[in-house]
Amino acid sequence: MNDSKLETIDYSLYYGKYRALKDITIKIPENKVTALIGPSGCGKSTFLRSFNRMNDLIAGVRTEGMVLIDGEDILKTDPVALRQNVGMVFQKPNPFPKSIFDNVAYGPRVTGLKDHHKLEEIVERSLRSSALWDEVKDNLGKSGLDLSGGQQQRLCIARALAVEPTVILMDEPAASLDPIATLKIEDLIHELSANYTIVIVTHNMQQAGRVSDFTAFFYTDESRTGQLVEFSETKTLFTNPRDRRTEDYITGRFG
Amino acid sequence: MEEDRLSGISLIHQAQAQNLKKESGRQSFWIGVMWFFAFITVSILILVVGYVLVQGGKAIDWEFLTTSPKGGISGEGGISTTIGTTFYLVGLTLLIATPLGVGAAVFLIEYAGEQSLSSKFLRSVIGVANFAVETLAGIPSIIFGLFGYALFVSTLHFGFSLLSAALAGACLVLPTIIRTTEEALLAVPDDYRRGSLALGATKWQTLYRIVLPAGLPGIITGIILSVGRVISETAIFYVTLGGSYRLPTSIMDGGRTLALHLYYLAMDTRAFDKAMGTGAVLVVMIILINLLIDRVSRKLTAGVRKVR
Repeated sequence: MNDSKLETIDYSLYYGKYRALKDITIKIPENKVTALIGPSGCGKSTFLRSFNRMNDLIAGVRTEGMVLIDGEDILKTDPVALRQNVGMVFQKPNPFPKSIFDNVAYGPRVTGLKDHHKLEEIVERSLRSSALWDEVKDNLGKSGLDLSGGQQQRLCIARALAVEPTVILMDEPAASLDPIATLKIEDLIHELSANYTIVIVTHNMQQAGRVSDFTAFFYTDESRTGQLVEFSETKTLFTNPRDRRTEDYITGRFG
Repeated sequence: MEEDRLSGISLIHQAQAQNLKKESGRQSFWIGVMWFFAFITVSILILVVGYVLVQGGKAIDWEFLTTSPKGGISGEGGISTTIGTTFYLVGLTLLIATPLGVGAAVFLIEYAGEQSLSSKFLRSVIGVANFAVETLAGIPSIIFGLFGYALFVSTLHFGFSLLSAALAGACLVLPTIIRTTEEALLAVPDDYRRGSLALGATKWQTLYRIVLPAGLPGIITGIILSVGRVISETAIFYVTLGGSYRLPTSIMDGGRTLALHLYYLAMDTRAFDKAMGTGAVLVVMIILINLLIDRVSRKLTAGVRKVR
């Protein structure tokens, strides 16, 4: 396996007394796409948010074990700096009620960049990287909310790219999109994986099969505590799963 | 068998058709009743506003609008200084109430909410604060007036002045501004906040770059509502602003607003026509403010629709 970019060691997460994740140990390789799959409520989205400390925003969350990025404990980093390095794309496209330009320039501006030429450069580069430039280059002043759902999601990806992260977390980024927009997003994920470490949560196993290099299968029983059952190359996991539960899930026997 | 089934259906159809006739007759009747009530309501409004405008219109001319009241039992003079005083008071009241109200609402919604989840004490404090805001909104304005008189006019020796009146007025409109701002902030989707934080923005950056601009139309609605309140209140300013009909030259001067002047004219003079004229000006101002609110809130709902 390649060098691991992200890593968790015996990581557990509690919402108050309820344990949502149990003893998860995983090494996520650099510049690859890793898919997190599993039935609803198995904690895969919660686990995803652990990497940019978005769970910190939820009151009553407590964790055990370690989350490492480039070998460093993320609890020792400043969450604001961490989130500039670890971008996130949400399930529902959430462009700000601002122009396309201002949406993409938001991240750089927040870090203190004011030079308009540099901002223009960043906006163009980010929109090109998210394959949206050609569709919007003449309308950068238009509201981000006026775009179609698929375009909005690519705008959100451009917005995340603009702060030059090394990791991009995606929480079911195509769940609210039509099939054509979904394919575009999937192509984009594929392209981006050359330069970014991507972790994607998906409900759609075909999607996991199409876009990811590695797949982690999460499962939960009646206790509703999520655990990592199996993690391996996507090909292996789908053709030759080691665990009975993985096999049952990917063949559609439950979940 | 087949025939039985068919006749069964036709029986049902017959019953349905009869019932439909009955129900549609009943519906027409009640719609008629509602129309009647609506007509009565609108007629009353038109009658009151129309009467004031027609009666008052006779008293209004350029001189009435541009000369100051002369005082006296006959209510000589116009209303120019009372218009000026009204604007001064509205401005000063909002200058005090807006930062306080918006700040309180931002704290209650954006900060206290999440901290209260972990602290029982803070949670009860916020509960009390919200209850207080709601209760204050229902308290008669004269109570705020008496409070303002006791504290600002006499204890703090601000006297009958713009300052005393604006401070009392601020207490009066604070609940309105807090409530509308809270609602505006709650209407801002959490997706925006999460999106901003996930990009490495601090909470404060998220607040002033994303949340406040998105909630601005709602906040402005609250401020305009407060303008209307200050323009139309009488009792509270009767006991804090005094009744001087000169234009105040400092915030320590007293004065009378349009509504207050109307009250004085109606109670202390024989100038009923001038009272009507003042009332007409007041009504026109309130109508204009309501049109403004309508436009702003329309803009607000347009924004919300876009989000969905």
